[in-house]
Amino acid sequence: MSQLSVDTTTADKPPTTRLGGWQRGRFSQFVVRLARERPLGALGALICLILLFTGVFADFIAPQGYNAINPIDRLKPPSSDYWFGTDQLGRDLFSRIVHGAQLSVIVAFAATTLSIVISAGIGIISGYFGGRLDMILQRFVDGWMCFPDLIILIVAVSVLGPGTWQVILILGLLFGIAGSRIVRGAVLSAKENVYVHAAESMGASTMRILLRHILPNVMPPIIVLYTTRLAAVILAESGLSFLGLGIPPPAPSWGGMLSLDGRSYMFQAPWLAIVPGVALTLAVFGINMFGDALRDLLDPRMRGGGGRYVRLARKQAGEKK
Amino acid sequence: MGAYLFRRVLALVPTLFIASVLVFSVVRLVPGDVLDLMLSENTFSSAGNDDREQLEKALGLDKPIYLQYWNWMSSIVLRGDLGESLWNNRPVTSEIAARLPVTLELGLLSLLIALVIAIPIGIYSAVRQETIGDHIGRTFSILALAGPSFWLGTMVVILPAMWWGWAPPNQIRPFFESPIENLKVFLLPSLILGAALSAVVMRMMRTMMLEVLRQDYVRTAWAKGLRERTIIVRHAVKNALIPVITLIGILVPILFGGTVIIEQIFRLPGMGQLLLDAVTSRDYPIITGIFLVSGVLVMSVNLIVDLCYGYLDPKVRFEP
Repeated sequence: MSQLSVDTTTADKPPTTRLGGWQRGRFSQFVVRLARERPLGALGALICLILLFTGVFADFIAPQGYNAINPIDRLKPPSSDYWFGTDQLGRDLFSRIVHGAQLSVIVAFAATTLSIVISAGIGIISGYFGGRLDMILQRFVDGWMCFPDLIILIVAVSVLGPGTWQVILILGLLFGIAGSRIVRGAVLSAKENVYVHAAESMGASTMRILLRHILPNVMPPIIVLYTTRLAAVILAESGLSFLGLGIPPPAPSWGGMLSLDGRSYMFQAPWLAIVPGVALTLAVFGINMFGDALRDLLDPRMRGGGGRYVRLARKQAGEKK
Repeated sequence: MGAYLFRRVLALVPTLFIASVLVFSVVRLVPGDVLDLMLSENTFSSAGNDDREQLEKALGLDKPIYLQYWNWMSSIVLRGDLGESLWNNRPVTSEIAARLPVTLELGLLSLLIALVIAIPIGIYSAVRQETIGDHIGRTFSILALAGPSFWLGTMVVILPAMWWGWAPPNQIRPFFESPIENLKVFLLPSLILGAALSAVVMRMMRTMMLEVLRQDYVRTAWAKGLRERTIIVRHAVKNALIPVITLIGILVPILFGGTVIIEQIFRLPGMGQLLLDAVTSRDYPIITGIFLVSGVLVMSVNLIVDLCYGYLDPKVRFEP
């Protein structure tokens, strides 16, 4: 944390060529730390990479289109032709899962990016300017947060109608407002740093202070928020699609594949119920693990509990002696 | 305590106001017009301008927006009137009241199951930190966090039906009439929801126990030569439980969302089903009604949790 803030505040000066090499060094250092200190986190990172790769290259990986119907091969069990079997319309489940990964990746990144922009916007304005503006904004956040997430989502879908863009918009707004609290908290503590006061007294513009001094300081919690939100967005989207309110068929949403419409076929073809669920669980598990590890490595203030780390610290101190 | 209570309730007023404005604006945000929607979906009326004006008047939509809000709000506060369903003209309050017990029982039972599973495992996990038991417990919690409850629920409905032809019963009998028949219906859905919630509680319980076990007074207790059991139960658990109570306030909204999905899977006639039916038939008074009720319920639970917190932890009460 402290190292990060030092890096970014002095980042005005170093020549660009050095900056490149420096950051690459920091990245590989980070990978080594991740693998050594948090093996489960590294596993999570691997799952995230696979998910991302599958999502980006879905069109090349999947043997068929997600809606390619083979009327003869309905409800076929997994075989060498159809790795995960086929569904009630004879669509290849493997292809649908792969395209579903693409859909999940798109929705997750779009909605999370939107939510982080909203969180950072509200959080920074509310935290930095404070006063009456902060009070009014926070009352709105309070009012918004007293409703259960899924109820907000369902009500919003009932107003906007189902569809990919609607889901992205609603999820972004929902998680954006909820996450603004965390950013606001980080801003509140960051703005008390001496160099922020110094920049203020030197007459730096508000924009400059926000971008140069406050934003780099709240980056670690924002990065952590980003990873945890990715998983939450994927789960929320699949939950909505499961209820038939998210991304409408024939789009290959993992949640939609588990939805009640297909329930009657699942008795004859259990792979229809098992495979999308496993894909979903794996994806969320991987992102969560990676996010947890990131949190521990990036932002010591947000990590949970002391015992494990105390033990770790003692062990390292002992090794040095 | 009285002053604290008063302050807490007073702080709720602006939140309630904003929340009610949010609920109120739902129907007014519909793209197009609710009137067009209602007229077009009502096939028997020839959607003439007369009908439109009549409907506008009947719904009070011809008045300015702040008056509409005022009328809506005052009828809720004074008469508990949330309007009528658009399709069968029954009052929304009685529709919700008929469904609320199912959702409440499902939610309470799930919460109970979550706490019963999570607290002992969390304590064990912290006390025996970094042992095999701890690792198993934590792996379970991580998996329970990742596995969506709607998938688990679907599997629980499908697999036994496939293997043994067994399906969960969904004929609900009142609890006080025949508790066993009643629990037969609710136990399985509550277990699934409770398992998902228990992951969060367990992580929190473990973290707080680890935090408390490092405190000076626990070390003093060890130094005094107290038995391990006494230290853990009387000194550590008692203090670690306080933040876990706050967690219940955070869990209730999640629980609410969970019941919507679980009710759908197990076909329980609760509020979640009412909401989903209302969404398909675009019954906006019911949608806004459930929206408002869920918000008020969550807010009241949070208030109660805060009060309990103030009662259990004297440090909180005397804060300025």
